[in-house]
Amino acid sequence: MIPILLKILRTGVVTEKAPAAREEWRTRAAEIDAQILRLLGRALVIREVDAGSCNACELEVNALANPYYNIEGMGIKLTASPRHADLLLVTGPVAKNMEEPLRAAYEAMPAPKLVVALGDCAKDGGIFGASYATCGGASKVLPVDVTVPGCPPPPLAILEGILAAVALRKP
Amino acid sequence: MAISGLAISDRRLAGEMPATLARVTAEQWLDAARRVHETGGRLVALWGADRRDDGGAFSIHAAYAGSDGLAILELPVAEEEETYPDLSAIFPCAARMQRAVHDLLGLVAQGAADLRPWLRHGAWRANEFPLRREFDPEAYRANAFEAYPFVRVAGDGVHEIPVGPIHAGVIEPGHFRFSVVGEKVLRLEERFGFAHKGIDRRFADFTVAEGYRLAGRCCGDSTVAYAWAYAQAAEALLEVAAPPRAKWLRGLMLEAERIANHLGDLGALGNDGGFGFALAQFSRLREDWLRLCDEAFGHRLMMDRVVPGGVAADVGDAIRASIAARSEAIEREARTLRDIFDEHSGLQDRFITAGRVTPETARLLGLIGLAGRASGQALDLRVDFPAEPYTRLAVKKAGHAGGDVAARVRVRFEELLESLRLVREIAASLPEGATRVELPHPAAGAFGVGWVEGWRGEVLVAIEAGEGGRIRRAHAHDPSWQNWPVVEHAIMGNIVPDFPLINKSFNLAYSGTDG
Ligand code: SF4
Repeated sequence: MIPILLKILRTGVVTEKAPAAREEWRTRAAEIDAQILRLLGRALVIREVDAGSCNACELEVNALANPYYNIEGMGIKLTASPRHADLLLVTGPVAKNMEEPLRAAYEAMPAPKLVVALGDCAKDGGIFGASYATCGGASKVLPVDVTVPGCPPPPLAILEGILAAVALRKP
Repeated sequence: MAISGLAISDRRLAGEMPATLARVTAEQWLDAARRVHETGGRLVALWGADRRDDGGAFSIHAAYAGSDGLAILELPVAEEEETYPDLSAIFPCAARMQRAVHDLLGLVAQGAADLRPWLRHGAWRANEFPLRREFDPEAYRANAFEAYPFVRVAGDGVHEIPVGPIHAGVIEPGHFRFSVVGEKVLRLEERFGFAHKGIDRRFADFTVAEGYRLAGRCCGDSTVAYAWAYAQAAEALLEVAAPPRAKWLRGLMLEAERIANHLGDLGALGNDGGFGFALAQFSRLREDWLRLCDEAFGHRLMMDRVVPGGVAADVGDAIRASIAARSEAIEREARTLRDIFDEHSGLQDRFITAGRVTPETARLLGLIGLAGRASGQALDLRVDFPAEPYTRLAVKKAGHAGGDVAARVRVRFEELLESLRLVREIAASLPEGATRVELPHPAAGAFGVGWVEGWRGEVLVAIEAGEGGRIRRAHAHDPSWQNWPVVEHAIMGNIVPDFPLINKSFNLAYSGTDG
C-alpha cells in the first residue's frame, strides 16, 4: 500500500512539472468543461461503436480517459449499453458485416440521439472507400450530426467534435 | 529456407529477409508441410490468388518459417479443380486461413474438417468470390446476414452466453460464444470477420509505391510493423535497399510502437484485474510517449512514416535528446510500477494461473509472438533473423514458461524495458545520410516479401507487381491468425468474469485478421 501511495503522491508532483503541455490542455479542458455544463447542464453519455475501423481511432478514443484529458472528470462517460447513451460515436467505414449491429445500437438509444462520425473512414470510407465489404461511411447508414476528420483524429479533435454535436442540439 | 529432403527448385528472393520461393505440385504441397512440421518449422501465412488473366490458373501460397528463414510455396490450382490439399491437419492454425481463402477466392481445402464461412457473413453470395477477376463489387449491396452454425455443447445445466460483435468497452468488433456451466467456461467459440473491409482486393487499386498506406491501416496499433513489412516486400521486388539511416529510424519507430502498446496494455491489464491505479499511471505514460512520437515523427502513432525506399520522417539532435530523457524517465517509473504489480496480492491473485497455455499446448497450436514467448516459445524475428538495425543491437529475447496472464504481463514488462533501452541506443547511434531512395518502376510479375516482429508478433506482407506499377496481388498477415484459436483453449475451465482479463492479456487484432 505504501509504495502505491508514494507513487500517487510522486506522480502528482511530476504532472505539475510539465507546464508547457499541461497548461495548454488545462485551459482547453476548462473551456470544454464550461461548455459542457452550459450546453448540457448535465453529464454526457457516449456509446462508441467500432464499425470496422483499423483500431487506431479506438486507441485515441481510449486516450480521452487518461489523466491528461480526463473526460470522466468533465462528466463525459463511455457506456456499454446504447440504452444509456446520448451520443453514438462511430468509427470505421462501416463494414457490411457491422451495418446491422451498428443500426441496432442506434435503434436502442433513447431519443434525442446524436451521432458523431469519427475519422476519415467514418467520414466517407477513408482509405477503404465504398466496396463490396464497406458502406463507405457512417452517413450511408445513420443520420450523422458531426464528422470529425483525421486518421486517426487526435484526442482533442475528438473532444471538439463531440462538443460540436452537443452544441447542435441545444435549442 | 530449404525444406529438407524435398526435391523442389526454389529461388532465393531478393530483400532483407532470408526467403525462397518455389512452385510445387499438390503432392509436394503436403509433403513440404509434413517436413516443415517434423523439423520444428511453422506455418506463417496462407493466401490465394487469381492468375487466370496472366495465362495461369488460381494459386494458393503458403509461407513457412524454419531455422534458416522463410520458404514460400506456390501451388497452381486449375480452374476446373478449385481444390488444394488441406494443411489444417498438420498446422491447426491453417483452418481459418483456409476458410478465408474460400470466402474470398473460392478454393476449397480438400479434407479440411471445418468448411464454414469465416469472412463471408452474407455481404456477398456463396457462389461469388471477391478476389476473382469477374467479381462485380457493385452487384450486391445489402448484407443478407446468413445464420452461422455454432458448435453446440449439450449436457445438463449447459447454457450459452453470446457476446458481441459490439463489446462493452471501446474495442474492436467480434463475437464470442461461451458454453458454460454456472460460471465455468466449458467451451468458447470465436466468430469474427465483422471488421472485414476487403483489404486484399483493395490493394489492387494502389501502386506498389503507395500501397504502404493501406498496409499501415490493416491494424492501427501495429501500423509501423505493417508499413515496414510492406516496405521490405516492395524493396525486395524492386531490388532496392533503404539507406542505413532509414533502417535505423524504422527500428526506432518499431520500438516506439512496442513501447506505446505495452504501456497501454499494462494499464488495461491492471485495470481488468481491479486495479484502476495502474490504468491512470500507465495511460499517463502512454500519453507522454505518444506526444513525444508526435513531436519526433509528426504523427502520434507514426502512420505513413515508413515508406518503400526509406522513411518519411527524420529526427534532429533535440528530439534524440528528448527520446533519451523520456525513455529514461519512463523506465524509472515502469520499474516502480512493476514492483507495485509484483507486490499487489490482489492483482497477482487474478493474474497467476488465469488463462494458462502450457508450452506444450502452445507448441502444438502454434502460438507465436508476445503470447508465445510467455508460453515458452522463444521466437523473435529481431533476434532470429535480424534486419538492420537489429543486427547491431543485441536484442534480449523475453521469455517465460508460465503461460498464464501473469507471464504475459511479465513479458510485457521485460520487453517494455528492453525497448526503452533500444530506443536510447538507436537514438545515440543513428547513422548519418539520406533517409529515402528513389524507387524504380516495378516489373510486372516481380514478387517480394517482408517479415517484421511487431509488438504482437510477426507480421508478413507479400506483394506481386502487376502492369503499370500497380499491385496485382498483395496480402498482409497478422500474427493474431495463429493466436486467436489458442485463446479458445486458454479460457477453458476458467470463469466467465476472467475472460476480459485473459483476452486482454493476449490483446489480439480483429481488424488485422478480418482484412
Ligand atoms: S480513420 Fe484512419 S485511424 Fe481511423 S479507422 Fe480509419 S484508417 Fe484507422
